[in-house]
Amino acid sequence: MNILVCLKQILDPEVPARDFRVDAARREAEQGSANLVTNIFCENALETALQLRERAGGATITVLSYGRPTAEDSLRKALAMKADAAALVLDEGEGTPDPLNVARVLAAAIKRLGAFDLVMTGREAGDWGAGQTGGLLAEELGLPCVSFVDGIEVEGGRLRLRRQTDTGWELFEATPPVVVTVTNDEHNVPRIPKVRDVMMSYRQPLTKLTPADLGLAADGNDYYEVAELSIPQKETRCDFAGGDTLDEKVEAFARHVVEVTRGM
Amino acid sequence: MNDVLIILFAANGFDKGAQGLAGAGRRLAGESGGSLRAVVLGEGAETLAQEVARVADAVVVADQAELSEYQPETYLNALAQVCRESKPRAVLLGNDTYSQELTPRLAHRLGGSAAGDGVEVRVDGDALRVGRQVYGGKAHAVLELKKSPAVVWLRARSFAPAAPRETSGDVTRAALDIQADTRTRVVERRREAGGESRLEEARVIVSGGRGIGGPEGFETELRPLAELLGAQLAASRAACDAGWVPPTWQVGQTGKKVTPELYLAVAITGASQHMAGISEAKTIAAINTDPDAPIFKHSRFGIVEDYRKVVPLLREKLKRVLGAGF
Repeated sequence: MNILVCLKQILDPEVPARDFRVDAARREAEQGSANLVTNIFCENALETALQLRERAGGATITVLSYGRPTAEDSLRKALAMKADAAALVLDEGEGTPDPLNVARVLAAAIKRLGAFDLVMTGREAGDWGAGQTGGLLAEELGLPCVSFVDGIEVEGGRLRLRRQTDTGWELFEATPPVVVTVTNDEHNVPRIPKVRDVMMSYRQPLTKLTPADLGLAADGNDYYEVAELSIPQKETRCDFAGGDTLDEKVEAFARHVVEVTRGM
Repeated sequence: MNDVLIILFAANGFDKGAQGLAGAGRRLAGESGGSLRAVVLGEGAETLAQEVARVADAVVVADQAELSEYQPETYLNALAQVCRESKPRAVLLGNDTYSQELTPRLAHRLGGSAAGDGVEVRVDGDALRVGRQVYGGKAHAVLELKKSPAVVWLRARSFAPAAPRETSGDVTRAALDIQADTRTRVVERRREAGGESRLEEARVIVSGGRGIGGPEGFETELRPLAELLGAQLAASRAACDAGWVPPTWQVGQTGKKVTPELYLAVAITGASQHMAGISEAKTIAAINTDPDAPIFKHSRFGIVEDYRKVVPLLREKLKRVLGAGF
C-alpha cells in the first residue's frame, strides 16, 4: 500500500494570546518569538499512517508539504518518525496561498510523486483553520473523501475507516484510492522521534520542487482573499467568590449559579 | 441569480441550528435581493420541509431511496445537481459533520468558493464576505469569497432565527439522476452514550479539563452536578485525547461550538483553542486552582479552589436551593 501524508508547517498554536500579534496591513500573523511546528492534525494523520504500516506491513509512507523553505524541518521530523520519503514544494509567492491554490499544488505534486492508495491530510490547520485542503484535494484528484477519520484498518484490498461525527462515529468501507482527513483521538497521539533519528533524518534524501516544476503558474488568490485580520478585544471582569472559609466561597459561587439558571 | 439556498438534513429536524441557518439565509437573501430557498435531504425530509416552508420562499425535498441516509459521495452528487439547477448566489450550511465535510467539495464542483465556521456573512458589492475566527480564536478574519456561488458553513446556532412568512413557500420534490457511488460506503453508524441529546443545543453545560485528572472525576463529581443542573457534560481536548471521555464531548476550535446560557468550566485552563468553542456562551463560570488561568479572563464569576473540594459542596448547596421550588 502506498500512502501519502500531507503536512503543513504553522506558527505554534500554543503561543499565548498575550504574545500574539497580527500585521493588519499585510493581514498575516507575526511570528515574533513563536516556533514553527507541524500542524497537530497532520501529525495525527502521519501517526495513523505509521500505525497502519506497522499492522498491515509492506506499506510505504511519503510525506509532502507545500510551504516556505522552513517546512523542510516538518518533513525531516516526519522522516525521523520513520516516514519513507519526503517531498517539499517551495512556496515562493507573496502572502498566504488560498485553499484552492494549495490543493492544486498538492494535487500536481501527488501526481508527480506516484500512484497512491491513500492520501491523508489533517482535518484543519491550527493557523487559518479553513478545513478545506482534504476536500478540495479529493476534487482535484477526482477521488472520494472521508473526513474526521480517527482509525484505519486494511481488509483484503479495501479499507475500513472509522470517523467521528457530532453524535458518535461511522464506519466506512472504502475502495482505494481515497482521500481522508484525520482528526485527533487517544490512539493517534504522534510519537516523539528519537534525537538520533532527527539528526539522521538530515542525511536522508528530500525531493524539492517548485510550482513551476509542476507546470503551475504562480497565480494570485482567485478563491478567496483575507480582507481583514484583527485581534478582538474582549475581556470580562470575573467576580471571584470571596469568603474566609471554603463554605462561604462555595456559597457565593452557588448563588451566582442559581441566579443565572433561574433567569433562563 | 441572487438567491440563497440553505441545505438541511432531515435527521437533524428543525433544531436551533436549522432555524439559525434559515435566519442567516433570509437576511443574506434580503441583502442580495434574492429569495430564500432550501433543500432538505434524507428520510423524513417531507415533514421537515413543511416546517421550513414557513420561513423559506421555496423548499426542495430530496428523499429518494438513494438519499435515505447520508453517504458523502451520493449526497455531494445530489447537491451539485440541485445547485446547478437553481443557480444560487450563495449556499449556506450548518456546522454539523456532514455540512463541514460537503462544503469545500460542493464549492469545487460548482466552480465557487467555500468558507467555514462563519459567524457573519454579508454581501459587499459583488463580493460575499464571511467573518470567522482564525488562529485558534486569537484573531478574527474577514474573507472575501471571489468565485460564485459562495458555499459557506456557519456557526448556525449563533444566528437569530427567521420570522415566519405570511404564506408558506412552495414545496417540491426533486427528481435527481443519482448513481450509487460504491467507492465509499457507511456500513455502520453509532451514537455514543450522551450523544442522544446534542451538546450544541444544551442550555447549561458542565465541562471538565485536564485538571479533572481522570475518568473518575467526570463520573463521580461532574456527572451528578450536571444532572442536578439539567446540564450536558462536555470536556476540553486534553481530557478527550487522554481517553477519559468520548471525543463527542470535545468543545473547542476542533470540537463542538456551543451556545449555552451557562458554561461551567471545571479545571479547564482556557487555552484559546478551547475558548474558540465557547465564544457564543452567554455566561462562562470557572472553577480552577490557578487564579491566573486564562479561563477567568472570560468568566463572569469564578472560584479559585480545587474542584474536588468545591463540587461536592456546590452540589449540596444547589440541592438545597433547587429542591425548594426550582
